[in-house]
Amino acid sequence: MKLLAPGHRGCAGCGAAIAVHSILSATGKDVIVVSPTGCLEVISTPYPESAWEVPWIHSLFENTAAVASGVEVARRALGRKDETKVICIGGDGGTVDIGIGSLSGMLERGHDVTYICYDNEAYMNTGIQRSGSTPYDAATTTSPAGKISFGNDRPKKNTPAIAAAHGIPYVATSSIAYPADIGKKVKKAIAIKGPKYLQIHTPCPTGWGFDSNRTIEVGRLAVETALFPIYEMENGKITSVKKIKRKPVEEYLKVQRRFAHLFKKEGGDAEIKKIQETADANAKQLGLDM
Amino acid sequence: MKLSVGAVAEPGSTRANKTGTWRTFRPVFNADLCVGCGICSQFCPEGIIHEKNDKYATDYDYCKGCGICAAECPKGAIKMVLEVK
Repeated sequence: MKLLAPGHRGCAGCGAAIAVHSILSATGKDVIVVSPTGCLEVISTPYPESAWEVPWIHSLFENTAAVASGVEVARRALGRKDETKVICIGGDGGTVDIGIGSLSGMLERGHDVTYICYDNEAYMNTGIQRSGSTPYDAATTTSPAGKISFGNDRPKKNTPAIAAAHGIPYVATSSIAYPADIGKKVKKAIAIKGPKYLQIHTPCPTGWGFDSNRTIEVGRLAVETALFPIYEMENGKITSVKKIKRKPVEEYLKVQRRFAHLFKKEGGDAEIKKIQETADANAKQLGLDM
Repeated sequence: MKLSVGAVAEPGSTRANKTGTWRTFRPVFNADLCVGCGICSQFCPEGIIHEKNDKYATDYDYCKGCGICAAECPKGAIKMVLEVK
C-alpha cells in the first residue's frame, strides 16, 4: 500500500503526488513529514480528511524548516532513540522564496532533517504566480508573455547551490521522471546525520500547460536538455551527475504552453538561443554530456 | 461537522472521496501484453495501480484518467478509451 492515499485532490497527472509516492516509498513508514502551505498541503489535507498514512504536520509557508527543527529537537529532548526520520516536503514557493529564511536557519544550526523541495517552478495552487524558481521566459499569471514581454525575465534561482553554501553534508537534485534516482537519494540523505537538501523537478500539467499524460515525458525532457541537471553534492563537492545524450532545448520548450510565445512571437528565436546557452552552461559546468 | 481533539485528521481518510468520477478517459489494461515491470504503478499520481499475479490493474474508484500509465507503459499494454457514463 502506498503511504499517500487516493482520493487526494491533485489534478489528473499531478507531478507533486508522484514525487511524494517516490519519496515515501524510500523512507517507509518510519518518518515524520512537515509541509508548508502549497499545492501538496491543499490536495492532501482538505479538512477533515488527510491522504497521509504517516505522521504529517502543516506549518505556514515561511516556517516549515523551523517546525521540522523543533520536531527533531523535541524528539531528542524526549530521549527518543528509534530510527524515525524527520523530513520536510515543500513546494518551490515555500522553499526558495518564503521559507528560505527558516530553511537557512535549519541548515546552519545543523538539524538532523532532510528538506525536500518539489520544484514545480511557480505558485500553482494560488493560480500560477511566478516564484524564484520559475525559469527564464516562462509565462505565469504574474509574468505574462505579451507585446513587450517574453514572460519571466529573471533566471531560475540556484537553490541547491545556496543550500550547499551552508556547508551541509548532502545536497542533491532529481526528477520525478526517475523514481529509482529519487529513491536512492532519499535513502542516502536520511541515513546521513545532519541537514540535507534535495530538490526534485516536478512538472505540473495545469501550470505549465501540457496534457495530463505527459507529466513524466516533460520531466525527462527537462533533464535531457540540461535545463534541470541531476547531480549530487557531498560536503560541498559534486560527486555524481546524471550523464545525458543532450537534446536541443526546443524539444522541452515546445511541449509547454508557458513557453508557447517563444515559437510565435518575433524575437522568440533569440530568446530560445539564450535558453540554449543556459543549458550549454549547465552541461559544461557539471560535465553532463556523455 | 464534529472537530476531533487538536483537529487531527485520520490517516488515509481522503479515501472517502472517490475521484474516479473526474475521469474522461479510462485506462484499459491488457494482461496479455503486461510484462509486470511496474512502471505504471511507480508513475501513478493516485498510487492505485497494483500488482496481482505479476499483472497490473488500476482502481477505477479513484483513477482520474490522467493517462500517464498508458503513456509510459513500454509494452503498450494500456489503452485510454473514452468513458461512457
